Amino acid sequence: MATIEAPGAAGTNAADSAPSNERIYKDRLRKHKITVHLTQAAVLIVIFGGWQLLVGTDSTRIILFGAPSGIISQLVTWFRDGTALGPLWVQIVVTLEEALIGFFIGSALGIVSGIALGRIRFLAEVLGPFIKVLNSIPRIVLGSLFVLILGLGIESKILLVIVLVFFGVFFNAFQGVREVDRNFIANATILGASRWEVTRQVVLPSAFTWIIASLHVSFGFALIGAIVGEFIGGSQGLGQLIKNAQGTFNANGVWAAMVIMAIVALLAEFFIGKLEHRLLRWRPPQLGSLDSQASGL
Amino acid sequence: MSDNSARLFETRLADVDPAIELRGVTKRFTTPDGSAYTAIKEMDLRVEPGEFTAIVGPTGCGKSTSLTLISGLERPTAGTVEVHGQVVKNITPGVGFMFQTDAILPWKTVLDNVAMGPRFRGTARRPAEAKAKDWIRRVGLAGFEDRFPHQLSGGMRKRVALAQSLINEPAILLMDEPFSALDVQTRAIMSNELLHLWDETRPAVVFVTHDLEEAIALADKVVVMTAGPGGTVKATFQIDLPRPRVVQEIRFQQRFVDLYQQIWEALREEVDIAYSQTTVAAEKVA
Ligand SMILES: Nc1ncnc2c1ncn2[C@@H]1O[C@H](COP(=O)(O)OP(=O)(O)OP(=O)(O)O)[C@@H](O)[C@H]1O
Ligand SMILES: [Mg+2]
Repeated sequence: MATIEAPGAAGTNAADSAPSNERIYKDRLRKHKITVHLTQAAVLIVIFGGWQLLVGTDSTRIILFGAPSGIISQLVTWFRDGTALGPLWVQIVVTLEEALIGFFIGSALGIVSGIALGRIRFLAEVLGPFIKVLNSIPRIVLGSLFVLILGLGIESKILLVIVLVFFGVFFNAFQGVREVDRNFIANATILGASRWEVTRQVVLPSAFTWIIASLHVSFGFALIGAIVGEFIGGSQGLGQLIKNAQGTFNANGVWAAMVIMAIVALLAEFFIGKLEHRLLRWRPPQLGSLDSQASGL
Repeated sequence: MSDNSARLFETRLADVDPAIELRGVTKRFTTPDGSAYTAIKEMDLRVEPGEFTAIVGPTGCGKSTSLTLISGLERPTAGTVEVHGQVVKNITPGVGFMFQTDAILPWKTVLDNVAMGPRFRGTARRPAEAKAKDWIRRVGLAGFEDRFPHQLSGGMRKRVALAQSLINEPAILLMDEPFSALDVQTRAIMSNELLHLWDETRPAVVFVTHDLEEAIALADKVVVMTAGPGGTVKATFQIDLPRPRVVQEIRFQQRFVDLYQQIWEALREEVDIAYSQTTVAAEKVA
């Protein structure tokens, strides 16, 4: 998340002598921000208002497309009275649990094996072709297999999430290791670092810029994995909620579940951003306004 | 009796092994298209303990390559590299290296960067940091311990690199154009500081530079290399200017001017050769 500091905010106190360009500049910045926010609000109103108007009171259209008002009332009902599958929060917790556990295991495995293969040439040569083949199969299909083997509980979903998360993180970690400045490694080696110390203190921090980038995308994959897993076979969770809504021609239900997922994804994005900020605190502040890449949803 | 003294004399000689000795060293690289490129060819070089040697030569003649060979980061294709009488097989122990480009770690603070050497060599955190603080003060960076490299100026980063390589008190200090990215004033200040620090611990220094004035002002000995490919030592000049020296002022001495003319004579030819090679290559491409 980029924080924009107003230039000259620290120190310089020219304010008393001249009414200062600084204040004019700040004013302009504030106005600019307000304009941006107003425009964003207008865009939202046009989209949702247009949607509501187009659907109108036509009942088939409402069934097929849903409507903003219907989505809101669906959310309210779910929150107040619970869903057909039980309380709403249980569904959210189940899906989150699957996504988070799978995400942590998958990224940990991805980071460890990416760095191991990046550092140990022999391993990369031996395992490289296998990983390429595994990566080329459409992994989402494995979900069916996992449900068959592990049953309808959360284990099958977690495994699917792990498989989806692993490869993205793995390839980024691997690439990150290759991109490490050779000078840094040479310098640390001369200073007396062992191979392990080089990995820990030079390779890992350097590769983290790459790894973090993949974590943003991977959390999206984790949610997809959990929901698709529930879709394929499960008894609880947001995926089941969507399946249920679809089965009862409740488009509003599908949308409402999507809204919840979006909120979860944004929250996760926020925490990963925090983590990124902490771990990459050594970097010069980055320019840029788009906080995240496609999250895969 | 005479027998005995002769043997004594022998052991004395063995004690003063040169700090660095290259004998007939050739280094070939495999280029991406698979052919071999000879960076240096049959190079001989001898540096005494505590001696300050400067290497000058046209770009691409193999200056950096010879330093990586001495440090043990690379192994020669032919010939031997010895440090204190030991053939270099791995990373040379007791060596410090300031690289041509910034090599301090951007994710470590100044303090952690400087403390790295002792930490890697097994010193506990507290004493390592105390030592690092002392070196940070010596290179004039007290108060900047908690900064990250990107928060420093280029000159300050070079100071960090200097402290980082000196903290291990190397018997051999390799410096690859350490100050070439700095402005003239900072460079003169850093050169003086380097001479001062060198005087304290007296490592053998190999200092690579493009700047002949800098080489003469700093060194006991200036080595001129021939143009690449297959660069080698063309000539060696002893610099008999008195120490301590003040880098900014020494260039006005008559002896300095004489030496400069003499060495430049040798260097100019090589620079011309290197230049005509690059222009020929450029014309071929065009
Ligand atoms: N790893 C490598 N692979 C292939 N060629 C190399 C490699 N390292 C160096 N060379 C080549 O060897 C030659 C000597 O390189 P070196 O870096 O030692 O030059 P240098 O004298 O330090 O030049 P400069 O003054 O520009 O730094 C160059 O032509 C370079 O292209
Ligand atoms: Mg060089």
